[in-house]
Amino acid sequence: MELFVFVVAAAMVLAGALGVVTRSNPVHAAMSLVLTLFGIAVMFVSHNAHFLAAVQVIVYAGAIVVLFLFVIMLLGVDKAEDLSVEPITNQRPLAAIIGVGISAIVIAAIISSRAGLGASGEGVNETTIDSPDANIRQLARVIFSDNVFAFEITSVLLLVAVVGTVVMARKNKSVGIGK
Amino acid sequence: MNIILSVVQPTSTWYLILSAVLFGIGTIGVMVRRNPLIMFMCIELMLNAVNLSFVALSSQIADIDGQVAVFFVLVVAAAEVVVGLGIIVSIMRRRTTLTVDDMSGLKG
Repeated sequence: MELFVFVVAAAMVLAGALGVVTRSNPVHAAMSLVLTLFGIAVMFVSHNAHFLAAVQVIVYAGAIVVLFLFVIMLLGVDKAEDLSVEPITNQRPLAAIIGVGISAIVIAAIISSRAGLGASGEGVNETTIDSPDANIRQLARVIFSDNVFAFEITSVLLLVAVVGTVVMARKNKSVGIGK
Repeated sequence: MNIILSVVQPTSTWYLILSAVLFGIGTIGVMVRRNPLIMFMCIELMLNAVNLSFVALSSQIADIDGQVAVFFVLVVAAAEVVVGLGIIVSIMRRRTTLTVDDMSGLKG
């Protein structure tokens, strides 16, 4: 059963990723991105990371992809672009070699070191019928105790991102930003 | 068929290899595509590949810290997309085509 879930989710992830890279229409690429993100969410569920799976669907598929589509529609670039031109000579073969090379190096490292990783932590709680909130409880305990400073800094980061985006995207009448 | 399904179980290595392949596809996308929106989507692919390997390793070494890292990566990804799309919108105010080749104004 777990194998079946893995194969289906992996097919979703890879098909979506190839779609993002190869589709000429940005809207189609965004839809392929949704497919990939859902596949990743399925894999999170099969690793007992239920909170992250929910956040993945809500934040990525719900917010980020909608933001992408919103900008695509706002800018009016929802037309298929010509992918047959290659601006830099030999760009695509070189990019393919580099990408495949990165993957191959990482896969070689994974396979050569797969025996060295044993269970060393305190354990990840599994969500069951009796304790449906086991994962989110454990996650919350770690975030709000060991990582509480990083969590607070995160709110500053989001505030800076919001203010910065408003400053950049508004129509500048007198201030010299973006002139 | 049922015997195969019950005997072969996907281990963390499978997930890590899938995440490496996904990262490679994202890298190729960033290098090949000229549309900044698509390049952002490919960066999201790479971030998701890393998230997947964080979660897979988190369950392999039985430590919740990997999932905490994914939580923060999600927040940073959201902030990054918001700022990046704001930059793209403000660039597109004065241009009509959307390719990174036209944005060479800072070239030395």
